[in-house]
Amino acid sequence: MSCTAREVTAAVRRGAEVISVHRDELVELDRAIGDGDHGENMDRGFRAVLAQLELADPPTPGAVLKLVATTLISSVGGASGPLFGTAFLRAASTVGDAESLDATAIAASLRAGVDGVVARGKAEPEDKTMIDALLPAVRAAEESAGRGGEPGGTLATAAEAAEVGARSTVPLVARKGRASYLGDRSAGHLDPGARSVALLLAAFADVEGAE
Amino acid sequence: MPVGLVIVSHSDALARGVVELLGQLAPDVRAEPAGGMAPGGLGTDFEATSAALAEADSGAGVVLLYDLGSARMTAELAVESLADPDAAAVAEAPLVEGAVAAAASAQGGEALKTVVDAAERAAGGIVESPEQATTAAEDTDSGTESPTTTSPRVEQELVLRNEVGLHARPAALLARALTGFDAEVTITAGENSADARSVLGVMGLGARQGDRIGLQATGPDAESALRRVTELADSDFEG
Repeated sequence: MSCTAREVTAAVRRGAEVISVHRDELVELDRAIGDGDHGENMDRGFRAVLAQLELADPPTPGAVLKLVATTLISSVGGASGPLFGTAFLRAASTVGDAESLDATAIAASLRAGVDGVVARGKAEPEDKTMIDALLPAVRAAEESAGRGGEPGGTLATAAEAAEVGARSTVPLVARKGRASYLGDRSAGHLDPGARSVALLLAAFADVEGAE
Repeated sequence: MPVGLVIVSHSDALARGVVELLGQLAPDVRAEPAGGMAPGGLGTDFEATSAALAEADSGAGVVLLYDLGSARMTAELAVESLADPDAAAVAEAPLVEGAVAAAASAQGGEALKTVVDAAERAAGGIVESPEQATTAAEDTDSGTESPTTTSPRVEQELVLRNEVGLHARPAALLARALTGFDAEVTITAGENSADARSVLGVMGLGARQGDRIGLQATGPDAESALRRVTELADSDFEG
């Protein structure tokens, strides 16, 4: 079992759909501790990705990920554009020209994506950022792939860990990004970036699990 | 051609304002604004930053300065996306001070790395007193025995006759004039002193027409460096 460009494209489309459905929720989360544009920015970015996928038919998983990266970088804006864009870009270069991705390749691409986000945003665990969802997700994926898990199962485990990680941001005081300007007042709210990570991974797992 | 500059800001007006300021100080440096998100919103734009980067590069490379938060990420991404990422660098510096220092350094014909250093040192341009400056310099030489063969220290005083004193343009000319001299030059005005190559530091002295300033130089070219500064002052900083 492995994922070809077709499955990866389907996963990205599902991700766009989920972001669109949760747009207002993300707006609300960001309004509480940020500037309120996260939902709108992510939705705009993934709509642009869908439009690009209509125009191009990327032949490999890496090419799909690269298209997502460049489109998000150009269209999301704020910090999320460079951060999510970097994640997809690093993931794309890690998988290279491979025709299909097994669980190990998926875990490796997640790891590269997370490392990229850490390098770009300089956030550390418990800074109340998307890192708090991404790091547990990649650890879970690596463990699942190491046990010989399938792509679908590996992504499902990653998505669950991301969900738990995202929820763990609620009590945290933000130390990075716009929310950090609020100091202690940022505690008690779910981080919108971490929420987006959990939503996207759940969407990806949804598609791969159905294959 | 000098190193180019790109000003990455959340605001179009802010980026253009900084570029306007640089145009006065460093007329030969190509500085490009990359501010705001189309249409007319606040934010940083990757495409616009990449375009400005291409525009600012005349072969010697480009230094990018940013205002806050995500502007740094956008600037870094634009550099990494270049065919040759070594052709540009993001300076970790306060936007206006860093841009002014970088522009003065680029105008002086310095290489990319030196221009970045000039920007990144910009925040610490002013030192409390000449004694402290000397101590700091010696501390970096914290070997077992401090070198006793220190280069001669040359000192001199002069009175500023030009109309604006050590304002932006004279300070930039001064930094430029010292390019190539192997000498540490410090300017003292009243209680304060500054590295003569730091445009911001020199401006921060607030020395005006009629003020008496002190010059202290050390290093192999100390004498010729001070002679150059005196010439510049004698010509009322007309370049």
